[in-house]
Amino acid sequence: MESIKDKVAIIGMGCTSFGELWDKDEEDLIIDATYEAYEDAGVDSKEIQAAWVGTVGGMCGACLASPLKLDYIPVSRIENACATGYDAIRSAAFAIASKSVDLALVVGYEKCKDEGYGGLPDRYRADKWHPVYGYGRSGPSLYALAATRYFHRYGLSREEGKRTLAKISVKSHYNGARNPKAHLKRVITLEQAMNAPMIAWPLGLFDCCGVTDGASAMIMCREEDAKNYRDDYITIKGFGLCVGPGQGKINTDYDFTHWEETVRASKFAYQEAGIKDPRKEIDMVELHDCFSIAELIAFESLGLCEYGHAKEDIDSGAITQDGDIPVNLSGGLKSFGHPVGASGGREVYEIYKQIQGKAEDPSRQLQNVRMGLAHNQGGHPGKFMCAVCLIGAP
Amino acid sequence: MIGISSYGAYIPIYRLTQKEIARAWGKRGRGGEKAICNSDEDSITMAVEAALDCIADTPREEVDALYFASTTSPYLEKQSASIIATACDLREDIVTIDFGNSIRASTNAFQAALNAVAAGTAKKVVVVASDCRIAPPNSLYEKMYGDGAAAFMISDSDVAVTITDTYSMTSEFMDVWRKPGDLYPQMWEDRFVSVEGIQKIFPNAIKMAIEKFGTSIKDFDKVIYFAPDSRAHGTLGNLLGLDAEKVQDPMFGVMGNTGTAFSPMMLVAALEQAKAGAKILWTNYSDGCDVYSLKVEDGISNITGRRGIQNHLESKMIIPDYGKYLLFRNLIQVEQRREPDHPTAITMMWRETNQLTRLHGCKCNNCGTIQYPIQRVCTHCQTKDDFAEIRLSDKKGALFTYSINERALAIDPPVVLCIVDLDGGGRFYSNITDRDPENIEVGTRLEMTFRKIHDAGGFHNYFWKVRQIRC
Repeated sequence: MESIKDKVAIIGMGCTSFGELWDKDEEDLIIDATYEAYEDAGVDSKEIQAAWVGTVGGMCGACLASPLKLDYIPVSRIENACATGYDAIRSAAFAIASKSVDLALVVGYEKCKDEGYGGLPDRYRADKWHPVYGYGRSGPSLYALAATRYFHRYGLSREEGKRTLAKISVKSHYNGARNPKAHLKRVITLEQAMNAPMIAWPLGLFDCCGVTDGASAMIMCREEDAKNYRDDYITIKGFGLCVGPGQGKINTDYDFTHWEETVRASKFAYQEAGIKDPRKEIDMVELHDCFSIAELIAFESLGLCEYGHAKEDIDSGAITQDGDIPVNLSGGLKSFGHPVGASGGREVYEIYKQIQGKAEDPSRQLQNVRMGLAHNQGGHPGKFMCAVCLIGAP
Repeated sequence: MIGISSYGAYIPIYRLTQKEIARAWGKRGRGGEKAICNSDEDSITMAVEAALDCIADTPREEVDALYFASTTSPYLEKQSASIIATACDLREDIVTIDFGNSIRASTNAFQAALNAVAAGTAKKVVVVASDCRIAPPNSLYEKMYGDGAAAFMISDSDVAVTITDTYSMTSEFMDVWRKPGDLYPQMWEDRFVSVEGIQKIFPNAIKMAIEKFGTSIKDFDKVIYFAPDSRAHGTLGNLLGLDAEKVQDPMFGVMGNTGTAFSPMMLVAALEQAKAGAKILWTNYSDGCDVYSLKVEDGISNITGRRGIQNHLESKMIIPDYGKYLLFRNLIQVEQRREPDHPTAITMMWRETNQLTRLHGCKCNNCGTIQYPIQRVCTHCQTKDDFAEIRLSDKKGALFTYSINERALAIDPPVVLCIVDLDGGGRFYSNITDRDPENIEVGTRLEMTFRKIHDAGGFHNYFWKVRQIRC
């Protein structure tokens, strides 16, 4: 097997504002994100040779080709739950690396707010639907299974556990509040987070990300061609994609306190990128924090600290903008938003802008970012589709 | 010798107090309470509980027939006994029959079971009676009706109670009725129903029976008889000239009148206390009468470990308010949620009958790992299509982790979602029912219970949940 490292360059990116975009449909979102990426890369729609679209709710390649009026080129629709965005990026990158495509467009989008009720659209399921097995579950209640077990395993009282999770959400809201394109631009207090209405014990309202509309887009070419478009392109350093066989609800071996798929996907990606000590070599992390507990456990499973010790980094501020490993500086899924298919590209967008020194709102700009980790996982504890993507300066 | 070789019963965990009913309607409260089904229970699920209690010590393959009696079968067309027999994991080559339409359905079914065993067409017959009658809000029935179930094993061996004599009569008497489409019962004037019906037809029939048996009512140690409420029960006792200590406690103040299950439940309560040699007169009334003369044999001491009546009565949760009771019985229209109804498919339920209704899991023949749902490729060793099916409905386990979904699309949220690690292996992903969300913790001991999950698709979707070990 050969590594993808430095073979593929990202030369342009776009991202819509995220939010409850009642006045925009999916076509608006696709057009807005894509044309920002075209402009950023300095390319024209006609130059695109192939495209990939990541969406859970949308269907077939035409959902991209129609609004963009693409020129009868190959378009593939990719779906892999919340790992959809990266899977689209990964597919495009492999096509570029194989030299069967020179210039590719990747768009991820989701239009979630046409359903008439709160929460994720009912049709977004990682499990095959079943008449009775698993009745009464929801995203929050499935992740909450891990929170309960984590508290139990590491001896956190209900109060300590809630407080630890609340600190994550307070940090994410603080970050998102300063990010112009974020959905939930609101600073919250620890007390608000801890006392919020319960969604699925132990997860309250502020432990859960919102339901968001949005799109992200990316233009890709081979590294050797990137200079033709811009000097400050970034490259892909490594990919990891791991789909678990879904044994967590069947097999008593699964502990519900680590994400096995994240462990495996990140190990693979670190190997591709040649990373030995991720905590030291990675400058910023955008990880999948659909729920506060998701961030806590992903931080451990990515190998950024020992199992059971994330609390220390949360308490010390290590994951804040001023810490040694800022996590979800964008606001994360929690505060920036999580339009499922758009999230992979959106995370890369944050790292791309940080590496270029072009963070929206200069107060958010980190110094000397060379390597960023982006992580998404679909499904639920015991059954994940996990994607890890390392990107950095060439 | 033919008779009862085992018994069982079920009383739902929830109780509604007479005080709370009175409060809801601005009336003066009385004491006492009645047992009511949870929102996920009905006559079928209660029957499964009582039947499983009854067959706790019987190899399932020995049961030759299951008769179900109820005036509240969840289906008008579609047998309930077949669902109950399958949930009890009985053989397929057995006789299943539904008896209905009368409070006397239970004692009718009992007679039919005796006849089948006497005729030699079956060696062991389970008779299970269960009722969950809907009372009109703010009515006399609302104070009277309770929910529950009882089951007996009728067999020709290991008999604990012999049937020394039986007597039946029919009587065309309109007292209480429900037509198809009627949610609530109707009744003719109560004076007529009492004076001309239960106070005349019933005692006369009992006298006829005793005459036929060639005995005297004084020869019996316990007399069990149906009555709609405590007052009517007292009057009837006087009419029969019974000493108070010989009258089986009708449990009106703790359980309520459980319809066709009522008289059988009183018999289970009597048998729990009975000593070998005791004689019991067991009767039932409605559209006529059934009278049984029973003699308790030495075998009674072999029936142990039943949950029966007493244990179930002691294990209870008071339903906090009347509104919740209306919700449980689907008697109020609540806000319609915008989420689409839960999807369902009879074809899927049918394909998976063994794992959904019988609650079979599988055990890998190569590595021994127990798995649920049934797999074709082993989660542990990837062996393909080499499994033995095993019953998990009688397994207990410990709560591995849980969450409390306040936003679940369910009749009575929150839904307590859980992962249970079963004793002896296997993991079950489920809901905890009959729960107090404040009183659940990792490690809590749990057992299986057959419940109605929802009614999507226009039919009852049954499956197993877990609950804290009841008693």
